[in-house]
Amino acid sequence: MPEILLHIALIAAVLLLIGVYVSWRATRLDRLHVRLETARAGLDAALVRRAAVALELAASRQLDPATSLLLAAAAHEARIADADNREFAESDLSRALRAVVGQPDFRPTLEAGEDGAALLEDLDAAVRKVTYARSFYNNAVTATRTARRKLLPRVLPLHGRAPLPDFFEIDDAPPES
Amino acid sequence: MRIGIVCPYTWDVPGGVQSHVRDLTEALFASGHEVSVIAPADDTEVSSGAAPLPPYVVSAGRAVPVPFNGSVARLSFGFLSASRVRRWIRDGRFDVLHVHEPASPSLGLLACWAADGPIVATFHASFERSRALSAAGPILQSALEKITARIAVSEKARKTLVEHLGGDAVLIPNGVTTERYAMAEPLPGWPGDDGALGFLGRMDEHRKGLPVLLRAFETLGRKRPGLRLLVAGPGDAAEVRARVAPELRDRVVILGLVSEADKVRMLHSVDVFVAPNTGGESFGIVLAEAMSAGAPILASDIPAFSRVLLGGRAGALFPVGDSAALAATAAELLDDAPRRKQLSDDARAAVRAYDWSTVARDVVRVYETVVGDGVVGTSSS
Repeated sequence: MPEILLHIALIAAVLLLIGVYVSWRATRLDRLHVRLETARAGLDAALVRRAAVALELAASRQLDPATSLLLAAAAHEARIADADNREFAESDLSRALRAVVGQPDFRPTLEAGEDGAALLEDLDAAVRKVTYARSFYNNAVTATRTARRKLLPRVLPLHGRAPLPDFFEIDDAPPES
Repeated sequence: MRIGIVCPYTWDVPGGVQSHVRDLTEALFASGHEVSVIAPADDTEVSSGAAPLPPYVVSAGRAVPVPFNGSVARLSFGFLSASRVRRWIRDGRFDVLHVHEPASPSLGLLACWAADGPIVATFHASFERSRALSAAGPILQSALEKITARIAVSEKARKTLVEHLGGDAVLIPNGVTTERYAMAEPLPGWPGDDGALGFLGRMDEHRKGLPVLLRAFETLGRKRPGLRLLVAGPGDAAEVRARVAPELRDRVVILGLVSEADKVRMLHSVDVFVAPNTGGESFGIVLAEAMSAGAPILASDIPAFSRVLLGGRAGALFPVGDSAALAATAAELLDDAPRRKQLSDDARAAVRAYDWSTVARDVVRVYETVVGDGVVGTSSS
């Protein structure tokens, strides 16, 4: 009789340990998903900000109308692109910004004008933050995908119904400084 | 913004990570942020008269010298440190936590473990292979996956990170407090009328390239009777002197290990600063310091130096390891004062890009990318 009790106690202890372990793994996975969502929100904010600064620059009356139009169009395309075309549109905005800022004497000319230096500073910050936010988001995607590939999450749906995240791949090389 | 910075190594022992944290913190203060730093520091030592901690540093207890990853490091670990870190995070109410070197078994790792919220991590170390990191992978994983944003200080540090821990990092190099080097009185009697060359770095570390410079000085010194060589850095002075021909020996002045202040004076005491490194440099902080001092520079053309010197515009370059080319170019520079002035001005302008104020601005952009609405809290697990 005591032997059976001992067995029951042992089994209970093992089940408890398994339970603690599974719940720890689930907590980790949940934390990864939170990090992923936060990083995604950060990336979206950075992209929106960059487009807004590009539009502001386009509207600043310091550029020639052709440059203004080019920038405004690229920024607008990036703003309204749907999920399928987002990466292409954002890459196009990066290229447009490089072409615009890369014009000979663009920076000195703009800095000489009213608010020009502040605009350039905003633009540099916004562009840089896109590269940062994208790196942090893609890192979170890597970590989440690695965690989801492990045996336990594949056997037990610890991650609920969250879809497997995709990398965000764009050309975000900044204009020359 | 309220920023909490975690320094893993003892504050009172000089080192690359410590000076990075100090300079970053001061640059952040200068741009109006609130910063608190936690670092290992010996409480008893402080009261017994060692240099007091700056007001922004909180002690996490003393560090213990232990072997890790092939060398002995002074690290802080254990329950006491862990609970001090936890309390510091809870009381600090930081908008963002900035952890340095989180993959070493010290405060950085403890902070990742205890914190819950936006965490930025900077990776400094680079190594070809690390058994410690490979073995520690699974242990580190659960703490490191809480890091929101990763920064590497060099391409090599970034490569180490990618290979050992997976994932990527954004590159933000070390900064230089250029104004600390800008002005100084030359050492008495230097540079003199007959020309002076300078070298700064470990004398016994082959990669720093002192032997290349000494070979060049053999020829240069004979052709130019008054030319002198000023050498500063840790190492065995007698051994260096033995490698110089007897008739040239009294023209090679070896300062040995110098203080920060004397280092700056030394940089202002020479006509040409020579950086003959044969490799292993990821950035060349010495070069950036010499540029801030406005020293005309002659450096080997390793990729890191060529990049910092803008391909030769902000300092002359010679083929790495080629002492004959070093001697020839040094002779040209010594005879051409206007060119030296030009190199000096261009170096001062080029080094602005590496100034801490510029670097700290990029770090703040990282903070702004990750901060949320709340403050950093402490996690339960």
